[in-house]
Amino acid sequence: MDVLNALVALSNFVLVPALAYGSQLALGALGVTLIYGILRFSNFAHGDTMAFGTMVTILVTWAMQAAGIGLGPLPTALLAMPFGILGCMALVLVTDHAVYRFYRVQKAKPVILVIVSIGVMFILNGLVRFVIGPDDQRFADGERFIISARTFKEMTGLEEGLAIRTTQGITVVTAVIVVALLFWFLNRTRTGKSMRAYSDNEDLALLSGINPDRVVMVTWLIVAALATVAGVLYGLDKSFKPFTYFQLLLPVFASAIVGGLGNPLGAIAGGFIIAFSEVTITYAWKKVLGYVMPEGLEPEGLVQLLSTDYKFAVSFVILLIVLLFRPTGLFRGKSV
Amino acid sequence: MSERMRNTTLFGLVAGLILLTGIMQSWNSALLIVNMGLISAIMALGVNLQWGFAGLFNVGIMGFVALGGLAAVLVSMPPTTEAWAAGGARVLAGLATGAGVLVATILVRRKMRPGSLRGLVTLALLVGGFFVFRAVFDPGVEAVEAVNPAGTGYLGGLGLPVLLAWPVGGLLAAGAAWIIGKAALGLRSDYLAIATLGIAEIILAVLKNEDWLARGVKNVNGLPRPVPYEVDLQNDPGFVGTVQGFGFDPVTASSITVKLGYAGLFACVLLVILVAAQLALNSPWGRMMRAIRDNEVAAEAMGKDVTRRHLQVFILGSAVCGIAGAMMTTLDGQLIPTSYQPLRFTFLVWVMVIVGGSGNNFGAVLGGFLIWFLWVQVEPMGLWLMQVITAPLAEGSALKAHLLESAAHMRLLTMGVILLLVLRFSPRGLIPGK
Repeated sequence: MDVLNALVALSNFVLVPALAYGSQLALGALGVTLIYGILRFSNFAHGDTMAFGTMVTILVTWAMQAAGIGLGPLPTALLAMPFGILGCMALVLVTDHAVYRFYRVQKAKPVILVIVSIGVMFILNGLVRFVIGPDDQRFADGERFIISARTFKEMTGLEEGLAIRTTQGITVVTAVIVVALLFWFLNRTRTGKSMRAYSDNEDLALLSGINPDRVVMVTWLIVAALATVAGVLYGLDKSFKPFTYFQLLLPVFASAIVGGLGNPLGAIAGGFIIAFSEVTITYAWKKVLGYVMPEGLEPEGLVQLLSTDYKFAVSFVILLIVLLFRPTGLFRGKSV
Repeated sequence: MSERMRNTTLFGLVAGLILLTGIMQSWNSALLIVNMGLISAIMALGVNLQWGFAGLFNVGIMGFVALGGLAAVLVSMPPTTEAWAAGGARVLAGLATGAGVLVATILVRRKMRPGSLRGLVTLALLVGGFFVFRAVFDPGVEAVEAVNPAGTGYLGGLGLPVLLAWPVGGLLAAGAAWIIGKAALGLRSDYLAIATLGIAEIILAVLKNEDWLARGVKNVNGLPRPVPYEVDLQNDPGFVGTVQGFGFDPVTASSITVKLGYAGLFACVLLVILVAAQLALNSPWGRMMRAIRDNEVAAEAMGKDVTRRHLQVFILGSAVCGIAGAMMTTLDGQLIPTSYQPLRFTFLVWVMVIVGGSGNNFGAVLGGFLIWFLWVQVEPMGLWLMQVITAPLAEGSALKAHLLESAAHMRLLTMGVILLLVLRFSPRGLIPGK
């Protein structure tokens, strides 16, 4: 039995990747949940909004790399991200003005807005493919590892190595900063409080003199920032491909619903629940169990519960279980 | 202009567009558009049944279409006898075990009182059952996939006529719809949307990974056809003599004959489903559905079981999509799981229904043909447009090359713009429902 090695192997293959993935999902789910809370519809274009923000960031990153601007050991994309956020903000304001506002004024049913968001999704999807193409793009540069597996082994003398990639570290740190900022904004500032009031009870908020246009605009701006950050972090950690971002829609929505649609805290919890279950269920446990199990009882097979291609199934099954037993989500979201 | 006139004109316009394709491009591509248009129209009818009749928001059409495709393989391909001998029984036993575990869990849950003990027992049953299932199932799968992996490596089908696959595809899709409907109907509309989006991805994941079922990403080729092969026609002296008598080239004539054959079969199916849907729409059942769609609370107060009716219409609509899926795979003659894309198979069908007119069966059919025509033709049009736009740019400039290369993505953009324009300026579609 070798608990230390097992722990290191577990962190290397499960905990660290799941933590990074969970942060990315949580940021995505926060965007979905904010739209749901304030504008009261499920935004199917969110994955493609993420892709758009990331695309702008990538383009600026390339320009910076060509001009020789960089952050040394950190990826240049961090420097380019504010531009991506601005680009994404411009985009969502234009779509809101040109598309969504009409239906908001009409007080159209939420499901109509969902269909409208499908139209926006098509356009954004086409736009992103049109500008940057449908292929994989890698844009991470700088130092690759905070700790590489070999350094870790030399430092500790253990058999197992623990590698932490720079992108994983950045993901978690950025996510913590962004979430802290968001919650500070929602709980402490006047605009944030008016957003929460509007989300809780629209009529009452209007009666107390809250300007709905302003609330909606601020929401879109925050969502654009969240979507871009989530998209850039995901792209740095893995790679950027328009179709993958479209597919992120399912785990992102699953996170938001599992946590309770409309509840920001729930979105974060949901993101981590989905990420950890996806990674643990599709991980081959042979190595970890080999260290923990007593002599002679080590597993022969891979002990992989499901092949990695079924990761969508995992988020979906969790979603179904939550829907069946607690339809408003773990953190009591809204139900319109 | 009266309504009938207007509708006839609209259908005439779409027919004219397709005829124009035939004259300007080739009759082959025009017939291709017709065939896929027929299939698209059936899919749109299925979705219209759910959305237009009952207001159910299903974005898992791709999954039901793919199940129909699977049915085509399972019904029509010849069985792989060696694979059945090697592990067929074991695979079936494994599946039965899995189903048994689920049924046992449900029965136990019904017998026990709610509480933490019930939760624990459920969990234990499911986790334990999963390992038992894998223990029975995995060796069978390995044995099956080891049999000539380059050629077969799967269990094969039943070797029955491929036309039989169409209703079977509907049944498979109906089964999946029953499961998903049981879980997600009765909850909020968005939840059904996400649930269907998820099940479609899972069905695709199963198709891609379970090689024993339909060879996964290795694809199944050479499905039997309900119509003769072009080569056989070209070698048939009677056929060659007839077409040469009319002054046609035998090669072109044979491929057109085959496509016409498909078109005839598809048109029959479309006609049957359209008539059935039309009868349903105007029956008391259809009126009840619309009443539920327009005001669920009132309908429930009148004693209608809303959730049951929703489940019913959800299953029916999904079955129609499954039939269309089986027809499409028959037309292609192969099952390629990687070719199923949600934008193409789910959201495009939605554009068809919305543009055509939700709640109107003829609208759905019109939308199916029109949007499919645009989906095919926007790409060459976009390329032409790009060539015009980039003409002043210097030859060999990077921007010009990029723009020309990206013209292929114009179709997504166009579909989005069409959907938004229709929703904004004519939200009830080209042929509005009543």
